[in-house]
This record gives sequence, C-alpha cells and structure tokens, in this order.
Amino acid sequence: MAHRIIILGAGTGGTLTANRLRREYGTDEATITVVDQDDQHVYQPGLLFVPFGLTRADDIVRPRHEQLHDGIGYHQSPIDRVDLDADTVHLGDGAELGYDLLVVATGAALVPEETEGLTGPGWGETVNTFYTLDGAKGLEQSLAHFEGGRLVINIVDMPIKCPVAPLEFAFLADWFFQDRKMRDRVEITYVTPLDAAFTKPVAAARLGGMLEERGIELVTEFNTGEVDGTGGRLVSYDEREVPFDLAVIIPLHGGQPYVGRSPGLGDELDFVPTDPNTLQTAARPNIFALGDATNVPASKAGSVTHFEGEVLVGNIVRFLAGETLDGSYDGHANCFIETGFGKAMLIDFNYDQEPVPGHFPSTVGMPLLKESRLNHLGKLMFQWFYWHALLPGRDIPGVGADMPTAGKQLS
Amino acid sequence: MPTKTVAGVTVDVNDEGFFTDPSQWTEEMAPELAREEGIDSLTDPHWTVIRFMRKEQAEKGTGPTVRGLGKTSGVTVKELYQLFPKGPAKIAARVSGIPKPRGCI
Repeated sequence: MAHRIIILGAGTGGTLTANRLRREYGTDEATITVVDQDDQHVYQPGLLFVPFGLTRADDIVRPRHEQLHDGIGYHQSPIDRVDLDADTVHLGDGAELGYDLLVVATGAALVPEETEGLTGPGWGETVNTFYTLDGAKGLEQSLAHFEGGRLVINIVDMPIKCPVAPLEFAFLADWFFQDRKMRDRVEITYVTPLDAAFTKPVAAARLGGMLEERGIELVTEFNTGEVDGTGGRLVSYDEREVPFDLAVIIPLHGGQPYVGRSPGLGDELDFVPTDPNTLQTAARPNIFALGDATNVPASKAGSVTHFEGEVLVGNIVRFLAGETLDGSYDGHANCFIETGFGKAMLIDFNYDQEPVPGHFPSTVGMPLLKESRLNHLGKLMFQWFYWHALLPGRDIPGVGADMPTAGKQLS
Repeated sequence: MPTKTVAGVTVDVNDEGFFTDPSQWTEEMAPELAREEGIDSLTDPHWTVIRFMRKEQAEKGTGPTVRGLGKTSGVTVKELYQLFPKGPAKIAARVSGIPKPRGCI
C-alpha cells in the first residue's frame, strides 16, 4: 500500500518538503497531499522592502499550488484539528484526511490582540507592522507621507520570525530619510525586550555599534505591556514609556490556533515540541515538523527551514522504511542583514556556534558580519533562488545543511 | 564553581547567582533569596509562582518564559511584574532556586 503523507502548510517548509518527497517516492509508493487555508504564497523576506518602495507587494506573492510539482495534491481549507490517536486531520471544510505520516509546516501566527491596546485606535495607521502584506503596504503610505517626528521600532517579545528584520527596518529607515533629505527631522528609536541589539553577543555588539553610528537610539529590556495609539506611547510592564508618532511593531508570535485545538500536539504558545536534531515531534513518532511551527532553539527563518528540509525528508524516508533516524540537523542558519545604501551583512551560525566575522561559504566568499555590496546583491538574488531552487527542493551549490567552519574566525 | 550560603546552607550557583542544582533548594531559603531581590515578604501569589516554576523546571528541564508563565500559571503578566519587578522570569527563577531559564533565540 502506498504511504499516505499529509503536509500541513504550503509555505516554505511544506512546499519544499512536498517537492523533495515527490522525488523520493513514485506515485504508486506514496500519496502526498498538502493543505493550506489560502492560495497566496508570500516571499516573506520581501516584506521588509515594501514600506520603503523598494519592492511592490504584488511582486512577492505567487499562487501556492503552482509551487507544488505534479503528482502532489493540494487541498485548500482551514485546519480544524489533528486527532493524534486516530491519525486523522479534520479540516474546516468538513473533510477528514487519514495519514500514515504527518508533517507540520504551518509556521508561526501573529497575535497582536494579545498586547493591550495594540489593535485599538491607530492600528493600521500610526501603529503598524511590516510582518503582514497589508501592514507593509500601509507602512509604505505612512512613510511616504511622514513629515518628521518620532519613529519607534518595537519587538514586543521573542520569539519572532527573522530576528534581524526589525534591525534591517531601522537601518533602511535611516537610509530612507537621508535619501529624502529629512533625516534631521526624524528620531529613530529601537525598542527591544533583549538586553542588547541582538540575541548573540558578537553580532549584538557589532549591530549595536551600527545603530549608534546611525544615530538610532537603543532601548533595551523593554517588555511592552501596552501600546497606546491615541496617546502615542509604548508602556512597559515596569511602567517605562517611549513616545512615538509612528510605531512599527513586531507583534507577539504563537503557533497556529489549530495546534491548540489538537490535544497533545503543541506547547502553551501552540508551537510544536520537536527534536532539534531529527525533527521528529515529541507528540507522535509519525509526526514530523519543520520551520517556524516548531519550538527548536534556532531562528525562525527561511534558511533554517531550508536546511531542516534536507534532514527532515531523509528522516521521513528512514522512518517509513523502519530505519533509525539521522540526528544531524545542527541548527544551521544563514541570514542577510540589509543595512541601507545598497549594502548588506551576512551571518552564518548554528545551535552551538554564534555568528562571527570571516567569509562564507569558505575562506573565499561573501564577507561575514561586515557590510558589503556583494551581500546586498546576494540578498536580492536570493529571491530568484527561493522560487526556482529552494521551493522546488533543489540543493543550492556550495550551501549545505551543515554549517561550514572554514572561513570563520573562530576563537 | 561558585557557591553561596542561603539559610545557613552552602549551595552551588553560576556566575550570575542562579542555582545550578534545583535539588539543593528548600522552601526555607525562599524568603532570604527574595529579600536579595528586594522583595520583603512572600505572599500567596508569590508562592503560586514559585511552585509553578519548580514544577516546570522538574517537568521540562527549564523555567518558563514570562509569557509562558502568564498563560499557564494562573497569574497574569501584569501581576507577575508587580510580584517580581525587573523581570519576573529571572527574579522568580532566583527565588525558586532553579537555573537561569533558557532565553529565546
């Protein structure tokens, strides 16, 4: 009998997993069905550029089903819940899908309503986020008409998708207002719950220095309790305040609500407890997970999902053949950080190795933790790779799942 | 490894003063640890949080985040900041004698 494989989510992880699995199995060996609630696949790294007029919202969206190869079923419906004991997914349209193997790839959800006042007066106008397509488009209007004042960028709490994106927004805002010859009329403040500009010490020191060089104020250990759109202020739980004229908020993240409706699948934030090396879930041996939906201690980023995909698919094949799993995923992440003025930095790291200077992928290559035009071009080119290599599940030459150490300045 | 004396007993701590072995903690130590953090007396809600921290550590191997505490301990995030000012997850971890909670990435 053919294996019945169900993949929840047709974003980065679900799509590349489906396409890789389709190559592993003939259609008589496995049926592969992907479920998602809509047919809009957003190239999420592009959201950063929309507010600054550097990319158009329409250019970063493609139909989800068109990214799936022939022989993969696509079922468009919200997910109601997973019945772990019955190996069945219940969909919002009433369908019930039985599985031999389930892949959870439904990503993270934004939960702005969990922060007092955030979705109240001013939401979508003087208070907004670039983490959604509509928010990014709204911010494009807000920035185009901004006449000066206090721009505040705030991470409410970790974890968030792409932890470097809010910093990139700050750097690009500095460039944007300089380019419009009005930087002297804009105060930019970066407000974070962390004790520094970033999570990892070496990169945090470098990135913090870059904020300072650009005249961007850094407010640390600020745990946002309330966003007051009417009064134009952020209020922390320990009653500090940061005033704003325009607030760019990265809302709280959680897993998808259906995870919470599926007893035994998720944790208190609806993320799915997952083995950080094999990507098998703690819930059941026949449920695997990758990408932003998991609780693994890696950044919630497309590169992580991509590298996880290679290990995940190998392990699914092993599991269905009754073999021992390969615990080889090392937490490899690789992120471009756009820094404005046509330059970018690159960081490359894993569970054990924090980002350090050097070159990637080897002693010759793109500079790490250093601004360069080459990295900016790399970031722009990546969009092509995303649609044409990463989603189809092809390996990118020279960039593998294991983090390379050659080229890194290791102490 | 550094040590400190709490309620007359020597315990192992890390460089930041967090317990490294939760089994060395006893309830008698909590009031003294709390005073070190500027909390003069422990109320019932404090004890609710302390017992919850101990339970989470025992079950999951790490203390909860503030958000996790707010969702599952029965005490709201706002109240947590009133009970343990300057960072509930860290302060409550110190008073509860558990290692520093693993931060988010």
